[in-house]
Amino acid sequence: MSFRIICLAKQVPDTRNVGKDAMKADGTVNRAALPAIFNPEDLNALEQALRIKDTRPDAEVILLTMGPARAAEIIREGLYRGADKGYLITDRKFAGSDTLATSYVLSLAIRKLAPFNLIISGRQAIDGDTAQVGPQTAEKLGIPQVTYAEEIISLTDDEIVIKRRLEKGVEIVRATMPLAITVHNSASHCRPRIARLVMQNKHARSVTELQAETRDYTELYQSRPYLQINEWGFEDIQADVEHLGLSGSPTKVKKIENVVLQHKATQVIRTDQEIEALVKELLDAHIIG
Amino acid sequence: MANFFNDNEHLKFHLTHPFMQKIVSLKEDNFSERELYDHAPLDYEDAIDSYEKVLEIIGEISGEVIHPNAEEVDKTGPELVNNEVKYAPGTRENHDVLVKAGLVGLSLPRKYDGLNFPIVPYVMSAEIVSRADGGFANIWGLQDCAETIHEFASDEIKEQYLPCFNKGATAAMILTEPDAGSDLQSVQLKATYDQVSGKWYLNGVKRFITNGDADISLVLARTEEGTTDARGLSLFIYDRTAKAVKIRRIENKLGIKGSPTCEIVFNNAPSTLIGDTRMGLIKYVMSLMNSARLGVGAQSVGIAEAAYREALKYAGEREQFGKPIIKYPAVYEMLTMMQVKIHAARSLLYETSRFVDIYKAYNYLAETRKLTNEERNEQKYYSRNADILTPMIKLFASEYCNQITYDAIQIHGGTGYMKDFPVERLYRDARITTIYEGTSQLQVVAAIKGVGNGAYLKLMQEYASRPIHPELEYIKNILLKMTDQYEKAVNRVNEFDDNELFDFHARRLVEMAGNIIMGYLLLLDAERNRKYTSPAEIFIRKARSENVANISFINNFSANDLSGYKNQSYIE
Repeated sequence: MSFRIICLAKQVPDTRNVGKDAMKADGTVNRAALPAIFNPEDLNALEQALRIKDTRPDAEVILLTMGPARAAEIIREGLYRGADKGYLITDRKFAGSDTLATSYVLSLAIRKLAPFNLIISGRQAIDGDTAQVGPQTAEKLGIPQVTYAEEIISLTDDEIVIKRRLEKGVEIVRATMPLAITVHNSASHCRPRIARLVMQNKHARSVTELQAETRDYTELYQSRPYLQINEWGFEDIQADVEHLGLSGSPTKVKKIENVVLQHKATQVIRTDQEIEALVKELLDAHIIG
Repeated sequence: MANFFNDNEHLKFHLTHPFMQKIVSLKEDNFSERELYDHAPLDYEDAIDSYEKVLEIIGEISGEVIHPNAEEVDKTGPELVNNEVKYAPGTRENHDVLVKAGLVGLSLPRKYDGLNFPIVPYVMSAEIVSRADGGFANIWGLQDCAETIHEFASDEIKEQYLPCFNKGATAAMILTEPDAGSDLQSVQLKATYDQVSGKWYLNGVKRFITNGDADISLVLARTEEGTTDARGLSLFIYDRTAKAVKIRRIENKLGIKGSPTCEIVFNNAPSTLIGDTRMGLIKYVMSLMNSARLGVGAQSVGIAEAAYREALKYAGEREQFGKPIIKYPAVYEMLTMMQVKIHAARSLLYETSRFVDIYKAYNYLAETRKLTNEERNEQKYYSRNADILTPMIKLFASEYCNQITYDAIQIHGGTGYMKDFPVERLYRDARITTIYEGTSQLQVVAAIKGVGNGAYLKLMQEYASRPIHPELEYIKNILLKMTDQYEKAVNRVNEFDDNELFDFHARRLVEMAGNIIMGYLLLLDAERNRKYTSPAEIFIRKARSENVANISFINNFSANDLSGYKNQSYIE
C-alpha cells in the first residue's frame, strides 16, 4: 500500500503584481489583467509533500485542484515538479462557491481518493486570504489538523512531528494520521520545475482541454496514459447541489472598497522632549526594545 | 516574476531561426528516441517548444535566484578552507537550484542523463545566466568539459563520468601554467605512466584555473618526456575524490569574483587518459577552446545586455536640466549604439552556434553510419565556417561588452562609479572577457586565416546571394560596396608581401570583415522581421565609417612606416 499524500492547490490571480487595471470599476477583481498562478503557499505545501516522496519510495503525491478548465495548468505545474498525478474538479455548478462550498467539494473528492495518509495544503490563498479551506476540509473529513506548519520534522508510519510557525515563536506538535496540514509561507520554497519532467508532462491535458486541441493526441495517449489529467464533475463526486455554488455559500460579499494608501505626515522632531516622546512611542509599539 | 528568457524577445527570434529545422532533425535523427524516452521530442515543433520551456526555467532561475544573489556573491566570493574551495553561499544556491531543475548536462545525449539539446539553446542558456551573473556563468559554462569527454573519451570513461554532470558535478579545464598562458604548447605539467598500477600520475603546477577545485577536471599534461611542443601533450581526467592536489591559493581578482580562480599543485595525482596520447592540445583542447570561446561570446553578450538594461533604466529616471537625460542626443546615441552592438553580436553568436551544431551533428552521425558525399561536403562547409566565426564572435562580443559596460557607467555619471549601482560590477566582470580563452590579439591571429584564404569573403558572397526584399535592397547595396572595399584593403596589404606587415594590419582587416559579416546577419534578421531594419541600418552606418577609417589607414601606410612602431624598447 502506498503512502498517499493529497496536495490541495488553487489557481489564483497574481495579486502580488497588481497593476492599475487590477480592479474593475465595480470593485471586483479584474482576472483578465492578472496572470493566473499557482497559489504561493500551496507551492510551499507541495514542497513538503515532495520531500516526503524524496525519502519514502512508497509515497505518492496526488494534486487536487478545484477551478475552471484552465486550472489544469496547476496540475501540470505540479507534475513538472514531481507530483505523481492530479485531479481537476471542475463543473459549472461549482461556480460562485465560497470556502464552505469549496471544502465540501474537496472533501467529497478526497473521500473518493481514500485511503490517504496526509492532506497538505497552503495556509491560505492570496486572492481571499481566508485560511478556511484547509481546516474546513479537515472538519468535513473528520480528521485532525495541524495548521501553520513550517517543517515536517519526522515521519513514521504511525506518527508525524511538525513544527508550526506562530506569531511569536514556534510550536512542535505530534500527530497521528490521517491528518490535514496547512503550510505557512515561512516553509521552504518549492523546488523549481524539473527540465525532464517538463518535457515529459507538457502534453498532459484534461478531457476538456483535449476537446479544444487542434493536435491529435489519440496515439500519444495510448502509449502514455499518464498524460490524461483526471477531470471530475458534479456527478463524479456525487455532490448535493444544495451545498454547491452560490446556494451552498453562506458568505455574501456586502461591499468592496478601493483603499488608497496615503503617506502619513512625517513629524519633524526638534527638541529633546520630542525625541523622548518618540522613543517612548516606539517602545510602546514594540518597534524597538 | 523576473524571467530573463521571457523578457527578451530577441532570444526567441534566434531560437526559431529557419535553420533550426535542419539542426533539430540532425540532432534528433528523425526523432528516433521518442519511443525510448518520454521526454524526447515528437517532432520539430515539439523540440522547439521543449527548448523554450527549459529556457523559461533557466530564465526564471536567472531572474529570481542568480541575479538577486550576484551582488552578495561579488562581495563575499569563494574561500579556501582546508585545501578545499568553498563557494560563496549565493554561488552554492545558484548551482543547487540549477542541479535540482535537472539542467546540467544540457547538450549531453539522453543515455547519459543529458537533455540532448543542440548548441544554440545551450549557448542561449549561457547568455541568460551571464546576464544574471557573469562570474557564475563560468561555473555553469564549464559543463563544456562534458562535451569534450563525450566527443573524445572511451565509452567506459563516458559511462563513468557523463551521468555525474546531471547529478551536479562541477568541472574545470586545467590548462594554464605560470609559463604557459597564451602559449599552451609549452605546458610542463608532467604525466608519468606507471607500468605496475597501469595508471597515469600528474606532477606539477597549474595557475589561473577557473573553478579549480571542481569534481571533474580536464588536465593538459606532457606525456612525452624530452618534447617541448604541442605534440608531447595529452589530456587527462582528474577526479577530485582522489584528493591528490593542493590548492595553493585563490586569486584576488578585479571582477568575476564569485568564480574561484586557483593555483593548483599536482602531487602524484592519479588520472585517466582521454583518447590518445599526444592529441591533447592538437585536437582535444582545440575543440574545448572553441566551445569555451563560444561560451565567452555568450557571456559577453549576457553581461552587455545587463549593462544596457541598467543604463536604459537609469537614463529614463535621471533628470538633469529639467528632463530625463535619455532625451539628450549624446545619451540616446550611446544607448542606441549599445543596443545595436548587442543585436549584432547576438546575431553572430547564434549564427556561429548554428554552424557548430550542424558540423558536430554530422560528426556524431558519422560514428553510426557512412555520410553521403553531400553530407560530407556540408560537414566540411559548416566546420570551416564555424572555425572562422568562432574567433570572430569571441573578439567582437568581448570588445563590445567592454565598450558597453564602460558606457553604462558613463550614463550613470558619478553614481555609476559608486558601489551602489550594479554597473561598476558589470564593468569589472566584463574586463576579463577580452583576455581569457585567448586574448583579443590571439583571436585576431586565429581569424586572420579567414582573411588570408578568402573564407570570410566567400561567406559574405554567400550572404549576398540570398534573396532580399526590394525594400531592403539599399542596405545590401551598402554591404556590397563595403565588401568591395574590404577586398581592396586585403589586396593592398597582400601586395606588401611582408608577413610582419600583414600581422600589423591583421586586426584592421579582421574588424572590417567582422563589420561586414555582422551587417549581413542583421540584414538577414531584418528580412525575417522588419523590426530589425533600423538596428541593421544603424549598425551598418557605423560599420561603414569604421571600415573607411581602416582602409584609409591602410592606404596611407607604406612599408617603411612600420619602423616607427618598433622603437619601443624596454628600459630597466
